[in-house]
Order: sequence, then C-alpha cells, then structure tokens
Amino acid sequence: MGAARTMTVVRSSATSSANAAVSFRDEVVKLIDVSKCIGCKACQAACIEWNDTVQPIGYFTGSYQNPPDLTPHMFTLMRFNEWVNPKSGELEWLIRKDGCMHCAEPGCLAACPAPGAIVQYENGIVDFVQENCIGCGYCVKGCPFDIPRISAMPAKAYKCTLCSDRVAVGDGPACAKACPTEAIVFGTKQEMLHHAAGRLIDLKSRGFAEAGLYNPGGVKGTHVMYVLPHADQPELYSNLPANPRISPWVKIWKGAATKYASLAAMAAFIVGAVVHHVASGPNQVSDKDEEEARKLIEGRR
Amino acid sequence: MPAEPLDAVEVKRHTLDVRIAHWIVALCFILLGLSGLALFYPPFFFLTALFGGGETARLLHPWLGIVLVAGYLWLFVRFVSASVPAPEDMTWMLRLGDAMSGREENLPEIGKFNPGQKLYFWGMAILILVLLASGIIIWNAYFATATSIPTQRIGLLVHSIAAILAILGFIVHVHMVTWEPGTLRAMVRGSVTGGWGWKHHRKWLRGVVAGKRAKPGTSAPAE
Repeated sequence: MGAARTMTVVRSSATSSANAAVSFRDEVVKLIDVSKCIGCKACQAACIEWNDTVQPIGYFTGSYQNPPDLTPHMFTLMRFNEWVNPKSGELEWLIRKDGCMHCAEPGCLAACPAPGAIVQYENGIVDFVQENCIGCGYCVKGCPFDIPRISAMPAKAYKCTLCSDRVAVGDGPACAKACPTEAIVFGTKQEMLHHAAGRLIDLKSRGFAEAGLYNPGGVKGTHVMYVLPHADQPELYSNLPANPRISPWVKIWKGAATKYASLAAMAAFIVGAVVHHVASGPNQVSDKDEEEARKLIEGRR
Repeated sequence: MPAEPLDAVEVKRHTLDVRIAHWIVALCFILLGLSGLALFYPPFFFLTALFGGGETARLLHPWLGIVLVAGYLWLFVRFVSASVPAPEDMTWMLRLGDAMSGREENLPEIGKFNPGQKLYFWGMAILILVLLASGIIIWNAYFATATSIPTQRIGLLVHSIAAILAILGFIVHVHMVTWEPGTLRAMVRGSVTGGWGWKHHRKWLRGVVAGKRAKPGTSAPAE
C-alpha cells in the first residue's frame, strides 16, 4: 500500500513552519460501510487491544452503546440509533462507528496552542503527540465532530490515531483488521473511492436511492469516510453533522486578524506611552506645590 | 525619579490592606498576562517556560485568575466609594489634553481619584467579571462538560479579547505611574507628599486636611 514512506509531517500545531498549502501524497482512507456493519464491536475491542487502553467497566444505560460516549480510553465507539423509516414504516437499526475523521482541514490542529502536539502527516492522518500536549482542551473546541477527549491525570488529549504506528510500517488499522464483515476497509484514497463507488451502485440497486459517500467538503474532505444508506440525512446516524466545518468563532479567535490586531494594539500602546513620556512628561511636582500643600496643612490658608 | 524636597509634608493615601491587595492583583495580572499570551499566540509559547512548561502554565493560569478576582474584590470594596463619578469629572474629561500635558492649572480640583483612574477602576471591574465568567467556561479541568462546546468556543474568543483590553488598560496604568513621579510611593509606602496631593488631587488633599482638623489626632486617609 506504500503508506510506510508517507508518514511525513506536513502540518504541526502552533508552529509557523507548517506547510500551509497541503498537498497529500499517497493519501490513505479508512472507509466505513455502515450498511455492512453488524454492530459486533470487534473494532472497539481491537482498538483497545492495539492501543493498550483500559476503559473502566461502566453501567448499563439502556443501549448497546458501551461506553455511552467516547472517552480518553475509548478512541472509537459504535453508536446505535433506532429509527423508523417513514417511507417504509420499518424500524432501522442505524449503527455508526464513531471516531476521528482525520479531516484534511483539522479544527483540532488549528485550535491547538502547543507546538507539535497535533500533527498532520502527508498521508492525511491527524495524530496527537501526547508528550507535547498540555491538556488545555482547545482541540475539543476546535473539532467539528466532538472527538477528542482529555484524560484526568495527567491531562492529555486522546483520539483515534488511525493506527499511525501500524500504517507507518505498512499495516492497516486494527479496527479494519478485526472487522468480520469488511465494513471497515483501509487503503489509498483512490482505492477507497473506487470501492465506495461499487458499494453505492449495490446499495442503490437494492432500493437505497439516497445512498452516498460521506466525505464532507466543509473540512476539505476526511480520511475516514462513511458509506451511508441515507446520505441525505447524515444526522440520523447519531448526529453525524451534515455540513461540518471549523466554527467561525474558532476561526476568528485563531485568525491572523485577531492575533495581529492584538499585537499591534499592545505595541501601539507601549510606543504611545514612551512617546507621551518623552514628549510631555514626566509630570513633576514642583517646590511651589509642596509649599502650597504645607500652607494648607498647617492651616495658613 | 528626582529626590523629593526634604521638608515635604507626608500625607497618607493608601492603607496597608489596600496596598497588599493591589500588589497581589498586580503580580497575578502579570503572571496571567504572560501565561495567557503564551496560550493565545504560539510565538509566545516559550513564555510557558517561566511556569515550568506548558502543562503547569495551563494548570496555574485559572488559579491565578481566582486569586486576582479575590484581590480585586478587596480593592473594589475599598475603592468603590471614591470611584463614583463626580460633577467635575466631565470638565476634566473634556480637557483631557490638559490632563495629559500636565497642565493641571486648567483642570478642576480632583478628589481621591481622577476620571481616568475611575475609568480604569470600573473598566477593570467589568473586564475581570467577563474574564472570570468566560474563564470558567473554558476551564477544561473542572468545567469541560458544564457548558456546550459551541458556548466554549465563544468563551475562548471573549476571554481573549477581554484579556487584550485589560492588558491595554494595564499598559496605560503602569505608564501613568512613571509619568507622575511620586505616585508609586502611594502604593509602596502608602503615602505621598503634600505637594503631590496639591498638584494632582487637590480636592482630596483639602478633604484629608479638613478631616484631620475635625478629628485631631487621627490621620486616617479619606477612602
């Protein structure tokens, strides 16, 4: 698959050295075909195994979904949703494997204040580097998919790595390897787009007229894509956003205009203070003032 | 700063509690500014080294903020009555050019605080309130799930802008101290010379003198 030589960093959080005009070489994609998923959670188990995390035993919350949400120890989660299709009147069990989408324009990386804590590799994988992470949680605010989770102690951000350590040696992600129905497949972007096109032809032939590929343009595309039988309503799949993008609040906050205006204002005030001091200061108290004060205090006035 | 006349009369201006509160606020403000700028703008990230690294800077910043709020609350209680706008403030403001050129003979007699100081007092009070509220919203260690992520995004922007405005005010505040020699000692020793009071805060000086006459033996400053 040739991924081994594509783990070159092209973007790095909070550094200006990053290549602004990213052109991915040998892009990789993890394709999740929701229509083939049987909800077995082998992917979750494989993820925990490979990443050697320990998700504490929780409580039954009335759903197959377990744990109820992503955690710093659970990088991927099968989200279960029961939906009655109004057209057919039939109950559909919509299961989506949630996790980092590895956006081409990652909001987490844009928001991160710590140099090198989030990197984007040439193959499109967005990875957290915990040794550089300061645990501030800005990535959580930057992410349009609500993916990163911060551990308690030490506070560090965690999410799906797309098994960058496996991909770097030419292997695929653990979840894809464990999936018994090949609902999760991994390869180059071209291969995956081709594979998805075939799946969509199949789904459409079986009556899923709205079937489509989820590869949102609002974040310049993702390196985890879904084949959705109801691609016209992605929200059905446990609130998968229809048009994810980096929030305008985050863009303003991290934008060059805000930064440079702030720096310019501070510099102008400091320069202004110095100029004011030189031009019309210091505002000295004179001997006459002291004399007047003495007269006042001693009651001669 | 030039030496004050040896025979200058000393007038008390700030009590010990006020001075302690002021310097706690000042120290916290500087540390908050350094750690905050480091987290706001990556080229300043190196400033986190002053705090033992990014993680400790991130951890200390909100706690320093809490200490600052406590200190400012103390200052607020002690300064609020002297910071109420007075009738002569409008005239003073209209003649800001005279005030900034040291031509105090063209200005009305001013009480304990001039309108600029009052503006700083109220401005900082509002900004600190905004910084406290937005700071709690983005305090990930304890309030990560207290508000929604969209709210936290707004919190980040509001916190940054309020902080920049506070820093601009702080620059002016520090500048005015150096521009008016004899002012710093009010916050260090707690006293000023009579001439300083006569020149910059004559109405206040008259009040102090009148108060002393009314109650001989006491020398508490009018606060």
